[in-house]
Amino acid sequence: MNFKLIKDISISLLLARWKQTLVAAIGVTFSITMFIALLSFMSGLNTMLDSLIINRTAHVRLYNEIQPSKQQPIDLSKQFGKDHNFIRSVKPKDERLEIYNAGAIMNALKSDTRVSGTAPKITAQVFYNIGTIDLTGVINGIDVEAENKLFTFNDYVTTGNYIDLKNVPNSIILGKAAADKMLAKIGDVIQVTTPRGERMPLKVVGYFQSGLQELDKVQSYTSINTAQKLLGVSGSYITDIQVKLKDINIAPQLAKEYRQLFNLEALDIQTANSQFETGSFIRTLISYAVGITLLIVAGFGIYNILNMMIYEKMDSIAILKATGFSGADVNRIFLTIALSIGVFGGILGLIFGFGVSALIDQVPFVTASLPTIKTYPVDYNPKFYIIGILFSIVTTYFAGYFPSRKASKIDPVIIIRGK
Amino acid sequence: MNTNVLEAKKISKYFYDPVKVQVLSNIDLAVKRGEFISIIGKSGCGKSTLLYILSTMDTDFDGELLIDGINIKNKKESELALIRNQKIGFVFQFHYLLNEFSVLRNVMLPGQKLGKYSDKELEHRAYEKLKVLGIEKEALKKPNQLSGGEKQRVAIARALINDPLIIMGDEPTGNLDNKNSEIVFSIFQELAQNYKQTLLIVTHDNEFASRTHRIIEMEDGRIK
Repeated sequence: MNFKLIKDISISLLLARWKQTLVAAIGVTFSITMFIALLSFMSGLNTMLDSLIINRTAHVRLYNEIQPSKQQPIDLSKQFGKDHNFIRSVKPKDERLEIYNAGAIMNALKSDTRVSGTAPKITAQVFYNIGTIDLTGVINGIDVEAENKLFTFNDYVTTGNYIDLKNVPNSIILGKAAADKMLAKIGDVIQVTTPRGERMPLKVVGYFQSGLQELDKVQSYTSINTAQKLLGVSGSYITDIQVKLKDINIAPQLAKEYRQLFNLEALDIQTANSQFETGSFIRTLISYAVGITLLIVAGFGIYNILNMMIYEKMDSIAILKATGFSGADVNRIFLTIALSIGVFGGILGLIFGFGVSALIDQVPFVTASLPTIKTYPVDYNPKFYIIGILFSIVTTYFAGYFPSRKASKIDPVIIIRGK
Repeated sequence: MNTNVLEAKKISKYFYDPVKVQVLSNIDLAVKRGEFISIIGKSGCGKSTLLYILSTMDTDFDGELLIDGINIKNKKESELALIRNQKIGFVFQFHYLLNEFSVLRNVMLPGQKLGKYSDKELEHRAYEKLKVLGIEKEALKKPNQLSGGEKQRVAIARALINDPLIIMGDEPTGNLDNKNSEIVFSIFQELAQNYKQTLLIVTHDNEFASRTHRIIEMEDGRIK
């Protein structure tokens, strides 16, 4: 079909009512702008909140758990092995938290192509001693460089230099809240006691702020050697292996694999932080719902304007049909009008949406719990722009569909005879 | 070649709302090439209804209609539109020009739809038609800047653009004063004489009808 002719007619009809057309286009522009801005902002926020967890948490954590043996002696007995055996009050076996053969496991993990990095860790319960008072705490013995590489440890050390943890012997980076409680300044020496009663002085070289106040009250970091010294164990002792993956989505599957392969507990990030994923999902859902609602409202605007235009242009439609334009041609003319409004309004919406996102990106957002964030986070994902323009086209298509169909069904005889 | 441009066989038509009324009964009609025919009759005798059936715009009738030898029964809406586009030119009581377009574009539109000529050629042809009707000077104006008589002449030019087999008119002078009616009639006459254009005009103006080649008088849905 002669598309140029259809286009010409559509454009002249559009320009004949350019004010109404403009209002309709502004409706689409506004909704797409809001859609883009809302989703970019929400997604930026989600990414930030997720990264609080994802960047700082191992994707898969390998550790030993103190638990009762899964196979009790009676299960091994030939006589009762096939029966259901009920044993009450089973106690965990006396097992160390240490990962046996940690070096070999780490080497095996490093050669796995799905793994982007590993970091060993020792977790130890301690008491911070302040005068006569003991505060409970957790000391994480870390491989400072590996930890920084995988989990951007440096970002959360708000005061002091993280690398001092490695260079200064017997040093500690305290959680900010814990340090405030202990009135410990940089360079001070604090005393910690292990549950076994060993006491050790540690020099404060920095403060650590994770964004989670409760965590900062108890957590602190030392180098892995210091932790081993503190616990009085050998240089091969570690309790956790943190694995970071190239693709976070395969974590649950990989955790299962490692559990069997290394005979260890393996916790994947999705299981450990399922509440975060739910939160992100709901936030995204709400943004989409609001965006789509706005678009549908804009769609009704287009529907109204097209309907009005069809009533006004009844004569024109009748004569077009009388002189040989088919119903399908008339349908195309009005669909073209609707889609032009959609595309034009949509593209403007994308531009304004980008502008609003850029503005939001400039708004200062300083919070004590998020030391690395200075302005509101915005995600400039091209996906939103593609979805935005597709939505604007689809909505305007449907808004134009019914009026266009009505126009195509106009019987020229009724119009012409009615004059 | 004096074949029938248009042939109606036993055409009947009913209106169903609010009660079933027969408006046309067993109309037989043949239009030969080059004829200038007028249909007259009192209001409500069915002359316009017949015209709209003959023009393929109203397909709800009994009987047969052949245009240029083609039976239009059971044709799709788009096929009928094509027939109207190629073979029929319309002039109505009201001009039905599109105010968004210039006079020239209005004349060109059916031609652009047909797509037989390029836009350049069409423009030239449209000028020719306007020249025949003596309004080529108004070509670039918008229709709402023209007088009623001029508008009607533009409508005739539009009807001519695809060199139709037949021009159908529904009271084409109905809205015009005597002077303009005379102009429009003389245009029709000139088309019939000089260009051998077939014309089928519905009118209630007996004086107009008396100057055509053939008069078909209708009464109560029949040809008298």
